[in-house]
Amino acid sequence: MSVNDTAEPNRRDFLYIATGTVGAVGVAVAAWPFIDQMNPDAATLALAEIDVDVSQITEGQSITAKWRGKPVFIRQRTAKEVEEAKAVALTALKDPIARNANLPSDAPATDENRAAKSKEAWLVMIGVCTHLGCIPLGESGPYNGWFCPCHGSIYDTAGRIRQGPAPENMAIPLFKFTSDTNIRIG
Amino acid sequence: MQWLDARLPLPRLMYDSFVAYPVPRNLNYAYTFGGILAIFLVLQILTGVVLAMHYAANSAIAFDSVEKIMRDVNWGWLLRYMHANGASFFFIAVYVHIFRGLYYGSYKAPREVLWILGVIIFLLMMATAFMGYVLPWGQMSFWGATVITNFFTAFPLIGDPIHALLLGGFAVDNATLNRFFSLHYLLPFMIAGVVVLHVWALHVTGQTNPTGVEVKSSKDTVPFTPHATIKDGFAMAVFLIVFAYMVFYLPNYLGHADNYIEANPLKTPAHIVPEWYFLPFYAMLRAITFNIGPIDSKLGGVLVMFGSILVLFFVPWLDTSRIRSTAFRPLYKIFFWILVADCIFLGWLGSQPAEGIYPALALVGTIYYFSHFLILLPVLGLIETPLKLPGSITEAVLAKHGGGGTPSGAAAKAETRG
Repeated sequence: MSVNDTAEPNRRDFLYIATGTVGAVGVAVAAWPFIDQMNPDAATLALAEIDVDVSQITEGQSITAKWRGKPVFIRQRTAKEVEEAKAVALTALKDPIARNANLPSDAPATDENRAAKSKEAWLVMIGVCTHLGCIPLGESGPYNGWFCPCHGSIYDTAGRIRQGPAPENMAIPLFKFTSDTNIRIG
Repeated sequence: MQWLDARLPLPRLMYDSFVAYPVPRNLNYAYTFGGILAIFLVLQILTGVVLAMHYAANSAIAFDSVEKIMRDVNWGWLLRYMHANGASFFFIAVYVHIFRGLYYGSYKAPREVLWILGVIIFLLMMATAFMGYVLPWGQMSFWGATVITNFFTAFPLIGDPIHALLLGGFAVDNATLNRFFSLHYLLPFMIAGVVVLHVWALHVTGQTNPTGVEVKSSKDTVPFTPHATIKDGFAMAVFLIVFAYMVFYLPNYLGHADNYIEANPLKTPAHIVPEWYFLPFYAMLRAITFNIGPIDSKLGGVLVMFGSILVLFFVPWLDTSRIRSTAFRPLYKIFFWILVADCIFLGWLGSQPAEGIYPALALVGTIYYFSHFLILLPVLGLIETPLKLPGSITEAVLAKHGGGGTPSGAAAKAETRG
């Protein structure tokens, strides 16, 4: 910018840089509303809570609730399914972390850590395959758990990924039993 | 006309670009697909604009509004079938166009920018076609959108915020449909803009031709009109006849029956497949079922899929051969056709369920795809002994058609062949 490159930066150089900087910041600030409008708005973000009546679910049955636009699988597992899930060594798992929002983020993926607290038969999880977001089919696949028809991910009876392209166990949302027959998700 | 030309030289630009513009005299029908693509861009924009007059971008009524177009709107069935099949034929033409470019070395210096602009158009076409497929709000629309937007969650840290930004929520919903409609309307005009740059770059460097020998004298060329206009026009007519056959007799052949079921966020179809023109890329996505070091299988699949297109940007610098046209590269010619077969094979694998032997085969196909560009293309150029090139385009034409040619005689021949 200055005529002689070896000269000390002069006031004109400073003015060029300062003007350019202000201009760049201005463009960035003006662009932000155009980008941020695409993000979920406050009404969408508002942490929705839903109550689900589970009194009608007997052993071996499951229902699907809708929470934040996503399906939540609620299943009362059979004793056999729980046994199968407990029998798996942690080292045999593709993802050894529980992915349970009710527990610390490094909790191991044991069956107790996947199931509802002190009600090990109950499994409550977001029914979205952690690969690319399809909804797995229940009681299918070689582990008698869930099978995703999109890209062939296979989950066991505790919703843990065992084979296929999905990287993580299916997520468990924040939830609690408010009574013996009611679950509050969120 | 002269009055206008003195003030805005548009008539001169048109005359110089589409009437007097010199084209190599030996262009074959593989070179007609650029013109066909231009026709289809116009066709898609025309049918799209009128369809938008009847379509409603709201998740509650989008599916019904498409059915209304099919049943009630005057000629709505024709316009929608033209638009849907037009997308497929657009991709048929673009794939022929790309492979023609690869075969005749159309990406080599000095045409790198021309090639890169073409790859950008291809990317924009893919984005446009994907978002258009979401609009009817059927099961395949919804779950295709879910799967493809989920690609972005594969990236660590930035993945989930980008995912929410794209969807405008936690899952594909009304907000997603609205923005996809807006962008689906916008992108074709951006494509048209890049097409202008593409044609401009083409007219700066001139066309390649089947011999790969640059134009050396005016004997090597013929004027665009009537030679190229008639030849392009004939190819367009033939292509449009095939297109019309599909529109009128097999309008849903290339579609998927599940997309006539309204979107249901709680039920994934048993077998999700994208439109046929994405199948090779889909197969590559699914081929990576294992972790590679710190990259988990999901990110690996997504990187491979994006990489399969990104590698095209670097083709001008990956090809080390001094010979432009594959016609004079006996070894590369074999591998070129293996690549074509590999892409078709991957496309077939993409349509199969992700079970049994299919992911393993897809992995083989994917490895071959990448080794073609990253290994074969640079190495073959160095070790291959090419055939002898003709001295000029005219020499090649005369050798093929038995000599005796004055330029006017050859030009007349081109006319009768057109």
